[in-house]
Amino acid sequence: MTSIAIPEGMPQYDDVPRFDVTRVRADFPILDREVNGHPLVYLDSANTSHKPRQVLQVLDEHYARHNANVSRSVHTLGTEATEAYEGARAKVAAFVNAPSVDEVVFTKNSTEAINIVAYAFSNASLRADADPRFRLGPGDEIVISEMEHHSNIVPWQLLAERTGATLRWFPVTEQGRLDESGLDDLVTERTKLVSLVHVSNILGTVNATARITERVREVGALLLLDCSQSVPHLPVDVVALDADFVAFTGHKMCGPTGIGVLWGRGELLAAMPPVLGGGSMIETVSMGGSTFAAPPARFEAGTPPIAEAVALGAAVDYLTALDMRAVQWHEKEITAYALDALASVPGLRIFGPTVPVGRGGTISFALGDVHPHDVGQVLDSLGVQVRVGHHCAKPVCTRFGVPAMTRASFYVYTTTGEIDALVGALEQVRKVFD
Amino acid sequence: MQLDQLYQEIILDHYKHPHGRGLRDAAEPGDRVAEAHHVNPTCGDEVTVRVATDGAVLHDISYDGMGCSISQASASVLHELLRGRGAGEAFAVHEAFVELMSGRGQVEPDEDVLGDGVAFAGVARYPARVKCALLPWMAFKDAAARAGVGASPTEVTA
Repeated sequence: MTSIAIPEGMPQYDDVPRFDVTRVRADFPILDREVNGHPLVYLDSANTSHKPRQVLQVLDEHYARHNANVSRSVHTLGTEATEAYEGARAKVAAFVNAPSVDEVVFTKNSTEAINIVAYAFSNASLRADADPRFRLGPGDEIVISEMEHHSNIVPWQLLAERTGATLRWFPVTEQGRLDESGLDDLVTERTKLVSLVHVSNILGTVNATARITERVREVGALLLLDCSQSVPHLPVDVVALDADFVAFTGHKMCGPTGIGVLWGRGELLAAMPPVLGGGSMIETVSMGGSTFAAPPARFEAGTPPIAEAVALGAAVDYLTALDMRAVQWHEKEITAYALDALASVPGLRIFGPTVPVGRGGTISFALGDVHPHDVGQVLDSLGVQVRVGHHCAKPVCTRFGVPAMTRASFYVYTTTGEIDALVGALEQVRKVFD
Repeated sequence: MQLDQLYQEIILDHYKHPHGRGLRDAAEPGDRVAEAHHVNPTCGDEVTVRVATDGAVLHDISYDGMGCSISQASASVLHELLRGRGAGEAFAVHEAFVELMSGRGQVEPDEDVLGDGVAFAGVARYPARVKCALLPWMAFKDAAARAGVGASPTEVTA
């Protein structure tokens, strides 16, 4: 083996934290299984990630040893469960550098997190005494982008319908980047909220938000970032992002389904009216009316997904131990390898950035005229699991003139060997549909 | 799982060389013409099926759409099987096809009734693809009803 000496003063190989992907894979029991007689090649982590043993054990142990309801019991099990639940909140807060634990609201998923903000706007718009930053009416504007997941489109369409506000959006360039050229005309004094995806779930684009944030501040609007595809894959610091709200979901970051997070600046959460009413979110209740708890409890009506939250805490521990900078770098290397490898497949067209800069490990593509459903079916017969369809981002498909796309997405356990398996399987697709 | 059970030659043939594709106006004067547009919300496949009928005979079944090989081949087979048939016969075929697709691979198809449609027997083993195969057939049923040829409601368990 030859080694190349990198001159002093240049970036060195070890400057970047790395992990051993073989050891990481050993943590994920599902990666041992076969699919249709072939080793599992799981390239659908943008859809949901797999769960390491460390997370599964915590989930199991919670139910086996500490099961009780939270925030209402004086007994030992209730105290243990509450401590675990609140401990998970603290872990999540630290993971995204939230200034306060109370700024972390547990939700069902990103969709619910975004809807909580949308319905807070909606409810505030019905009350003259509500915080004016959340009051919407005709003439007010909400700004999103063409590359949003449906979960960051539909809640705002519905909100605009309810309040008479107008929904506007950033277009997407041919290269799959956010078109910011019209920023000053799009985000104006009329804008009350800008809600943008941080990393696109379909194009893989990482949106540089600094210019937009600056403009949002200039006009006095609020900024929500959908970080569903960024928090699992790269270090996210809500203070550095200077967002007002951040939404993400547990199941894409080694955690279980049924648990997501809304982070909001404390002062804003405190100014928001409640959305779901019920137990746990109140201060006092009388037959004549109720007053409400401070955040985050105000937005966590009913028994929350306790075990799921605790397991999300374990997922955060797991990712922190890997080091999110190492996670980011691993995916960057895999993405660079995959972009090169896919470019070698005849007739393959990549949607979104074709260089591993300003993009994450999610690559959507078309293979000639073969419909993505057919691509996915042939790949599945060879054990390769990709997502096909519109990826809950139909406007992106429309933008690029296709009804659907095939998407391969990577995570901490993805290997270059799996990319090779994908490329080999695509050859088989071409044979069936020559 | 055998891929060639799903992608039978007949299906690939219909996909690559679709029969009767394209929406057409009524050739017979006096025919009622109606169409239905169906989409598969999970994958974005779309098909429009148009029926021209005098109320007794389905003089033409034309279609257009975009989607996977299964949905597009299914539309081609539908056209082949039902065009020119009496409404009663057509709905018997429709029922047999829906039954085949809902059978999770346990239904033995009758080639005399289903013709090239028997090739879809393998599709019934792939629950994620059953909707693809049924898409044009469901659009046909709606279009026929709009053209005044009613079908009894069909239970679909996909």
